[in-house]
Amino acid sequence: MSDKKEFDRDSISNTLLVAIGLSLVCSVIVSSAAIVLKPVQQRNEELYRQQIILDVAGIMEPGADVDTLFENIETRTVDLETGAYTDAGDPDAVVAIPGELDRAGIAKREAFADVYLVMDGNRVDQVILPVYGKGLWSTMLGYLAVAPDGNTIKGLRFYSHGETPGLGDQMDKEAWRAQVVGKVIYGSSGEPEVRVIKGVVPDGIAGEEHMLDGMAGATLTGNGITGLLQYWTGPHGFGPYLKNFRETS
Amino acid sequence: MSEARKVLIDPVVDNNPVTLQMLGICSALAVTTSLLPALLMCVALTSVAALAGATISALRHRIPNNIRIIVFMTIIASLVILVDQLLKAYAFETSKQLSVFVGLIITNCIVLGRAEAFAMKNGVVMSFIDGLGNGLGYSVILIAVATLRELFGAGTLLGYPVLELTSNGGWYVANGLMLLPPSAFFIIGLMIWGIRSWRTQQVEKPDYQIHEVHRTEVY
Repeated sequence: MSDKKEFDRDSISNTLLVAIGLSLVCSVIVSSAAIVLKPVQQRNEELYRQQIILDVAGIMEPGADVDTLFENIETRTVDLETGAYTDAGDPDAVVAIPGELDRAGIAKREAFADVYLVMDGNRVDQVILPVYGKGLWSTMLGYLAVAPDGNTIKGLRFYSHGETPGLGDQMDKEAWRAQVVGKVIYGSSGEPEVRVIKGVVPDGIAGEEHMLDGMAGATLTGNGITGLLQYWTGPHGFGPYLKNFRETS
Repeated sequence: MSEARKVLIDPVVDNNPVTLQMLGICSALAVTTSLLPALLMCVALTSVAALAGATISALRHRIPNNIRIIVFMTIIASLVILVDQLLKAYAFETSKQLSVFVGLIITNCIVLGRAEAFAMKNGVVMSFIDGLGNGLGYSVILIAVATLRELFGAGTLLGYPVLELTSNGGWYVANGLMLLPPSAFFIIGLMIWGIRSWRTQQVEKPDYQIHEVHRTEVY
């Protein structure tokens, strides 16, 4: 006990010692946990991403084996410039997006993108395109499923985003995802016109087929979705590919 | 041993962190829409509270007073990150639902409150038990609220249908309010009322009382 009396825990040297020592020990613990668990986490992320793809395609069943279901899906690489399939896409090649075209707020995109063809026997049932763009807080990453007409949306779902819980994340909800299905991407001019409006889309309004329900309290997240949909279905995104896709299927 | 038992059991009813001390209400609203995330949250909070208590207690003679809060935060934050990483690795789906709330255990008043009020003054084992007890007290409330909300809001428990919903051809019309945050306020409020009617010593004395002064009498 006498030892403890002499020991001054409020001295500057002890304060520094505790601060530095604790920081070191804690950082070692935290970073080694992150490193050790990384492979398991990455496998989870990958499975989750595949699950989202199956879900967007509408073929995910609860409890089903993701790997088995994924056998119905053919992964192809697309050259975004020409919109043609390619086998020699460099996954690291990056293209800068001209400022006025950058509706998604991402500044650059990859030159080659993987798309997922959902097969029904030998027929292509739909294609799933990776889309992403800035929301309010975060980059939202998701998948857009398009019917063989290259124009009708069959699903839209985000697998990673940091939008406001309870407001912006309503896009994850069943109800919001359901109203997206059947909406039409391109207007009569051939430009993408699909967009998120403010509030719920009124029945029978002109252009209803291009409008997605807004989310109360999440206007900026909605604008982000509009931006990324219009960019990725536009001429600098998957526009050329969807044109080819329509003509071939 | 009876003291250890008291430290463990006391926070569950008599000194419940949520219903008596009004701590940790935020996450009690957020993660209780269904039972599974609530359970996971309970495990996460209880283990963080217990381990943080033990660690801080072990260091209590060394921690300088003027940086003690930040030392608590560092220890708690490291434990929370550890728990969060483990959940992401082994309970991925549910950890998605919990989203930011595991991270927010760092700022949960229960953990910090017990560190300051108990662990700095008591031994390692007792502090561990105290964290466990307070975690359990929080868990009891969370599980009760989540059970009510999932049952009456979605007609399920742990995802299994219990009350057959009209949308599936059953008889029960789901109460959508239960899935919204305010319902957790109502339920916790009713629980506090219930507990305080049963344990009247928990009723707080009013801080201030308005006296009615009549012309003929002065209080």
